[in-house]
Formats: sequence, structure tokens, C-alpha cells
Amino acid sequence: MSRVRVLVGTRKGAFILTADGKRQKWKVDGPHFGGWEIYHMKGSPVNPNRIYASQSSGWFGQIVHRSDDGGLTWETVGNEFVYDGVPGTHQWYDGTAHPWEFSRVWHFEPSLTDADIVYAGVEDAALFRSADAGLTWQELSGLRGHGTGPNWQPGAGGMCLHTILLDPSNPDRIFVAISAAGAFRTDDGGKTWLPINQGLKSEYIPDPNAEVGHCVHRLALHPSRPNVLFMQKHWDVMRSDNAGESWYEVSGNLPSDFGFVVDVHAHEPETVYVLPIKSDSEHYPPEGKLRVYRSRTGGNEWEALTKGLPQSNCYVNVLRDAMAVDSLDSCGVYFGTTGGQVYVSADAGDNWMPIVENLPSVLSVEVQTLP
Amino acid sequence: MIRVTIPHHLRTLAGTGAEVSLAVAEPVTIQAVLDELEREYPVLRGTIRDHVTKERRPFLRFFACMEDLSHEPPDTPLPYSVTAGAEPFMIIGAIAGG
Repeated sequence: MSRVRVLVGTRKGAFILTADGKRQKWKVDGPHFGGWEIYHMKGSPVNPNRIYASQSSGWFGQIVHRSDDGGLTWETVGNEFVYDGVPGTHQWYDGTAHPWEFSRVWHFEPSLTDADIVYAGVEDAALFRSADAGLTWQELSGLRGHGTGPNWQPGAGGMCLHTILLDPSNPDRIFVAISAAGAFRTDDGGKTWLPINQGLKSEYIPDPNAEVGHCVHRLALHPSRPNVLFMQKHWDVMRSDNAGESWYEVSGNLPSDFGFVVDVHAHEPETVYVLPIKSDSEHYPPEGKLRVYRSRTGGNEWEALTKGLPQSNCYVNVLRDAMAVDSLDSCGVYFGTTGGQVYVSADAGDNWMPIVENLPSVLSVEVQTLP
Repeated sequence: MIRVTIPHHLRTLAGTGAEVSLAVAEPVTIQAVLDELEREYPVLRGTIRDHVTKERRPFLRFFACMEDLSHEPPDTPLPYSVTAGAEPFMIIGAIAGG
């Protein structure tokens, strides 16, 4: 029977949750790297026992760990992320020029075809690539250097490159997203990049339709249809049917079009999940009800999924990298909260249960479907 | 031997106790001690000072002989009590955070 391994990054360490395909009985392993912030962990699709973990601290900076045995043991690999050339400046919160400074890795994205290749999205926003399983890192500096970099500015969480989507049908095409700059695409393996933000409208920037400056929170795609992208923006849930060339809003009947996560069902490319959050300043679920919303029509028409989720007095947040889906026949959906709960639905969102309820604040959730 | 105390999280990372002993060639400066510490424990590279600029990370301090040496130039010679092994060179993490 297939099984699943859920990789949970928290403010105070990493946890690995495992279960068989029924996803009812769980084993909790951790904390790994206790006391350190684990922004993200992700396994290689080529070699699932190879897992990368981003460990960071305001005191001691960035550490990168790699496991080659599914998280049983870890070794430190390279933590030297040096911007290519003269880094230049981006905008600071007050609009002044601020030099690019590395602070942490927000997201790892292992290659779909080579277990030694992995991408890292970092703060201050840039994309790095390793071809030796994380020992050394080189910046794909065409992203910062394509021209709009000096106009990027940090969101509340920092100026982070948080989303990396690899196109399974085209090894030269990568999508990334940056808060607060927007979405970008390369079609030549990372040498050159295009802003892909046409159709986004953000009232919190001087020109709401600007080429860059949009606070994109998350992108998602289905592997069978990589030209269709879904986006949770600071406000608005958006969709593109042409690989980001243009976007249109699909927020529809959501109770709030603000949120952080968006994900796509493993077997139904038109089934999309978001988790609405009240904004601008509260950042907790509307009405204190923790509800995942599912659209089976690729957006616009959304249904609340509530069975097993708290429907009163719930004031947690769900951060941008904290939702994932498995690829079992009955698609599993997972998310983690800032209150330390990790929830699973083994039936595509109809019913939910907590796997764990008292972890440190959850930063990221990834899931691996294993034979 | 030069005695160096390191904070809890770096001990865990490097697999050491609270204090390590290092053989450091003369002149024994702040930079020379950190260079030897990182040579002996490569996993600590980047955690105490920046990879490229070699600047001390902001939330760390260097103490020795009841003095704060954090803002001294890297080539500052350490006190005799440290070079003689009587007192440790202390790397301290700021007492802050949740």
C-alpha cells in the first residue's frame, strides 16, 4: 500500500509525519533542528529519500541540511548564497534604495529530473541553483538583472522569493513569485526572465496596473496542464490560461479574496483550494471559522469545506507554503496553521482531521507520496 | 591552546560541548581565532560572521576577560589571559527573541 510523508517546517524545528494510504493513524517524528526556524523542507521527486531543509535563525543565519534517508539523518551542506556581481539596490519600506542583502532561504524546489539539482528562493529576493545536491549555490542573476529589480520592495514578511514552479513539459520554463514584486517566467532555463503580471490590479501601489510591485502570495499549477496557473495575491485569487501572459480574477463568492495558500487537486486540474483570511490587518479566518474553499470549476464558484475544522473562535493564520496535496487515488489535502495544527483531508477536502495540534507555529507543509 | 565558548545552537550544530580548544598561531587575534574555529568546524562558517565580508553577525557578541571586544577590529590581539588559556574567548548570542 502507498504511504505518505508530510514535511512540516515550524518556528521551532522540523517535524515529519507519516501514515499509510488510509491517512488515519499518524506517526510524529521530531523536532529536528529544535529551536531553529525551518522555513521549508522538500523532497526530490527523483529520489524521495533526498530531502532539503532550510534552517535559519536571526542570530546565526542560514543553514542548509540534506537528508538522503528520508529524514532519519541529516548533514549540513552549503550555506553560502552570494549574489552575482554587484548586488545593487531595491526599494526599502520607505521607498529609499536599499542594498540587496541575503537573509534566508524561503523555499527549495528540487529538480523534476535530476536529484542533484535543486533551486532555492531566497530573501532578499533571488533565485539560486545547486547542481551538486546543495553543496554550492549559484545565483540565476538574470532574474534580478532583467531591469525592474530596483523597483521591487519587501512585503511585511520581507522581500522573499517564495514560489518556484518547474514546468514538467518544458525543462527550460520556470515560474517564480516574489513578495512584493510579482510573478516572473523564464523560458531559457533561468538566463532571462519576463515579468508576467498583466491583469493584476493592486490598489496599494501607486499604479495599480504596474508591471511589477504586486504582492503575489502563491502560485500553483497542475502538472498535466502547466500553462494554467492559479495565484493567491495579497487581494484577489487570479487565473492565467496562457502561462502568465495575462491574468483574470476568479475570486467569485469567496468570503475574503485575501489569503496566502493556493493549491490544485492532484487528479482534477480544475479543482482548486484556497483558504480565505481576513485582511488587511487581522490575518485570521473570517468570523473565526477555519474554512478551506474548493472550486471544481477552476475558480469563481467556491464551496466551503468545514467538516472537522473549527467553526468558532479560530484565529490562526495559514502561511503561503503551508498547504500541499498528495497524489493518492483519493487526493489528500494538508495544511498547517500558525497555531501549530496540521490538518489532513483524505477525501479531497470533504472531511478533515488534525494530525497534530500543538506544534510551534507552522511555516510550511509539503507531502511526499511514497510506494 | 585557546579556549572558545560558543552558544547552545552552535554547539548542537558543530557537535561540541560548551567550550572548544583551538591551537592558534601567533599573533592570536579575534580574526585568527575565528579562522581556526571555522577551519576546525566548517559547519560554523557563515553562522558567526558573514561569508564574504567577515563582519560579525549583528546578534552575536565577543567577550573576554570581562571586556566587550565586539567592536574591536578583527586584527586586535587578544588579552594575555586568553592566549595563555586562563580565560576563554566567549561568543555570545544576544538574549532576545521568543
